[in-house]
Amino acid sequence: MSVAVVRVDDRLIHGQVIVGWGQPLGLGFIALVDDGVRASDWEQDLYKMGVPPGIEAIFASVDEAARRFAEWERDPRVGLVLTGDIDTITALAARVPSLHRITLGGVHHRPGRVERLRYVYLTDEEIAKLRALVARGVEVSAQDVPTARAVPLAEFAR
Amino acid sequence: MSEPLKGVVVSHAGLAQSLVAAAEAISGVTGALVPVTNDGCDGGRLQARIGEAIGGGPAVVFVDLPGGSCLTGAVRTARGQGHGVAVVTGVNLAMLLDFVFHREGAPAEAAERAREAGGRAIRIAPA
Repeated sequence: MSVAVVRVDDRLIHGQVIVGWGQPLGLGFIALVDDGVRASDWEQDLYKMGVPPGIEAIFASVDEAARRFAEWERDPRVGLVLTGDIDTITALAARVPSLHRITLGGVHHRPGRVERLRYVYLTDEEIAKLRALVARGVEVSAQDVPTARAVPLAEFAR
Repeated sequence: MSEPLKGVVVSHAGLAQSLVAAAEAISGVTGALVPVTNDGCDGGRLQARIGEAIGGGPAVVFVDLPGGSCLTGAVRTARGQGHGVAVVTGVNLAMLLDFVFHREGAPAEAAERAREAGGRAIRIAPA
């Protein structure tokens, strides 16, 4: 399986993804799943600026990602699938039965959200959506960088 | 005479604040540069910080890396401004020192000058 990490991070492609995860994993591609970025050429150009040679940046809508996820899993390169919010990852997980593990890497403060970890802020509604994924057998944890401990949802979403 | 350009330095962690402090200490020019950190920010909050730092006038935004959240926030903010804002990546102290003494003209011209000044500062010193 070549999708090593499925990450939720509202900063999308940024330093922790490229350096923190990209270097130790030897990433060959990053699939950014975001309907807004998929529809915006200038935003795609902007995110490509941060991607070094040797890593392919793939931009996909949720629909496209659901269709292509199996292809990414068969890819011989190591991949990271990235979404920016809970709604997007839950929509993707609902359509990809093989998506068994989700890592929250950065979900930051917005009105209505409560701090759960230093880098994870969630509303009660977002927690309910994540708990529903866990109930379906998806492993949900928080881990900003590979050297940190993966914290299970049950530990920080009480 | 047109309003002098403001410089906004956007970085991870405390780099921007340190760069601005160093530029002010060396140049003696204060108030020309405003630091912004991305600590604890999602994209919207970082854009709000950058927009507040820019204020209502023309500006050059200096970003630490040529990709990532700081650049994304800077470009999104610049595109949303009704006045001239240019964005330069790879900020270093040399480009900021040049900028604080050359804040006249259009943001795009100042950004190009800053890029050249910053690039000239990268050398291999004789051993």
